[in-house]
Amino acid sequence: MSESVAAPLAPSRDLTSSNLLRRARAALVAIAFPAAVLLAWHVSTHGQKQGLIPPPSDVAVMLWDLAFGGINDDAFSATLGVHVFASLSRVFGGFALAALVAIPLGLVIGRVAAVRQLLDPTIQLLRPVPVTAWLPLAMIIFGLGPRSAFFLVFLGAFYPILLNTVFGVRSVDPKLFEAASMLGCDGGAQFRKVVLPAALPSVFTGLRLGLGFSWVVIVVGEMTGVQTGLGAIIMEARQLSRTEVVICGMLVIGIAGFLSDRAVLWINRRLLAWSPGHG
Amino acid sequence: MAEPTMPILEIRSVFKDFMLQGDRIEALSNASLKVPRGQFVCLIGASGCGKSTLLRILAGFETATRGDVLMWGKPIAGPGPDRGMVFQDYALFPWLTVRQNIGFGPASRGLGKAEVKDTVAKFLDLVGLSRFADAYPHQLSGGMKQRVAIARVLANDAQMVLMDEPFGALDAMTRERLQDELLDIWQRTKLTVIFVTHSIEEAIFLADRIVVMTPGPGRIDSDVAVSLQRPRDVSAPDFNEVRRLLSRKLHSHHGRKAA
Repeated sequence: MSESVAAPLAPSRDLTSSNLLRRARAALVAIAFPAAVLLAWHVSTHGQKQGLIPPPSDVAVMLWDLAFGGINDDAFSATLGVHVFASLSRVFGGFALAALVAIPLGLVIGRVAAVRQLLDPTIQLLRPVPVTAWLPLAMIIFGLGPRSAFFLVFLGAFYPILLNTVFGVRSVDPKLFEAASMLGCDGGAQFRKVVLPAALPSVFTGLRLGLGFSWVVIVVGEMTGVQTGLGAIIMEARQLSRTEVVICGMLVIGIAGFLSDRAVLWINRRLLAWSPGHG
Repeated sequence: MAEPTMPILEIRSVFKDFMLQGDRIEALSNASLKVPRGQFVCLIGASGCGKSTLLRILAGFETATRGDVLMWGKPIAGPGPDRGMVFQDYALFPWLTVRQNIGFGPASRGLGKAEVKDTVAKFLDLVGLSRFADAYPHQLSGGMKQRVAIARVLANDAQMVLMDEPFGALDAMTRERLQDELLDIWQRTKLTVIFVTHSIEEAIFLADRIVVMTPGPGRIDSDVAVSLQRPRDVSAPDFNEVRRLLSRKLHSHHGRKAA
């Protein structure tokens, strides 16, 4: 969509053979480092009977069993779906709730000086407290279990979204307000037609950061007193010395976090085609 | 309604003070000016002479500390669609396409969709940007952005266009072309233009009348009618004569106040 708009002004990205070649080379470069790490891992762990770290092939087999079963047929077999679903629902639930609270609050704090004066000191005081430090308190308030994890995700996503929204609203070019009012757009309409779109790139930066934090925090949240989830499976496997399961859990979190970031980025691109930094 | 002799704009003994770190700065002192409809007026002067302040008061972005600013005899109270400002750095809405930027005013005034569309098409054509209607501002050159800004103001039925060094950020060639285009639009639309610049040549090329302002405190020094025939030739002897006169007026104050 953005390409067709740019067409009369800038040469659109063409898919010539040289372009394909460049992409292939970029992909190759991107894969080179992980491949080297994998190789080093394999060389250093392969063939040791009682190694502490399992070789990559064991992890791959475990990952298959975790996903589909039929190899080990133990308590871990074919449970990946349940754990992924549990973590995903907590991550996106907590994240969605954080966005739902933080975006409107950020818009108001950014726009209304009285609200800013009322809330900003508290926010600045609470902000340096690491989300993980909230865990004991969360367990007291919400009890041992998934609700604490949910709360931690909410908290982890809340601050980046809130602060970036406030920043976005505060940094709207004052000339745009002048331009809007000279064109007959005032008050509430100005909020809708100037503040909201102008703050959107910042809001999206906050959403991306917030979602990233959600994945960090979910593992901590699921490590105590939770039966399902990727954090829970890592913790349980650690206690049973099933290191290959631990590594599987890490891999899946990495992939899930990456894919959810891509999803936000995709929405971001669709909405912010106008912004040179985001589109 | 209005008498034929009534000026579109009347500025009566306008003062503007600013507070700067506890000090009162007199940005504008006792400025008076009457502008008849359709006139092209340039405000010229060194920085700090109050020319931009005066323009912002006309736009309604600032209020005068003392004095009256009247449009068609009525005091100016805040920004309004009858006066359109063209900023040096464009101030286009980056999230709107060229078409939507031009349509912003008409849509805000509550015109119907079809009407907005017709208005936008007309002014896109006037500034020669129909091909770029769906581009976003960041995809345009500076000259194109300023054309959009001008069209945006015209599409809103502004009777008076306020321009704050609008071509100051453009390269010389683009600036000359836009000056020609602006004059063309002005002659076709009978708009009143108040144009702030610090270029003597630009002022003489464009204006019916040049108001020279001096700093410390900012005030109107002199009011020079330019009766050269249009289109004007910047290398003609009579053009140079006006240039010499103006530059003497502008520079006679340098000894008094260090810039």
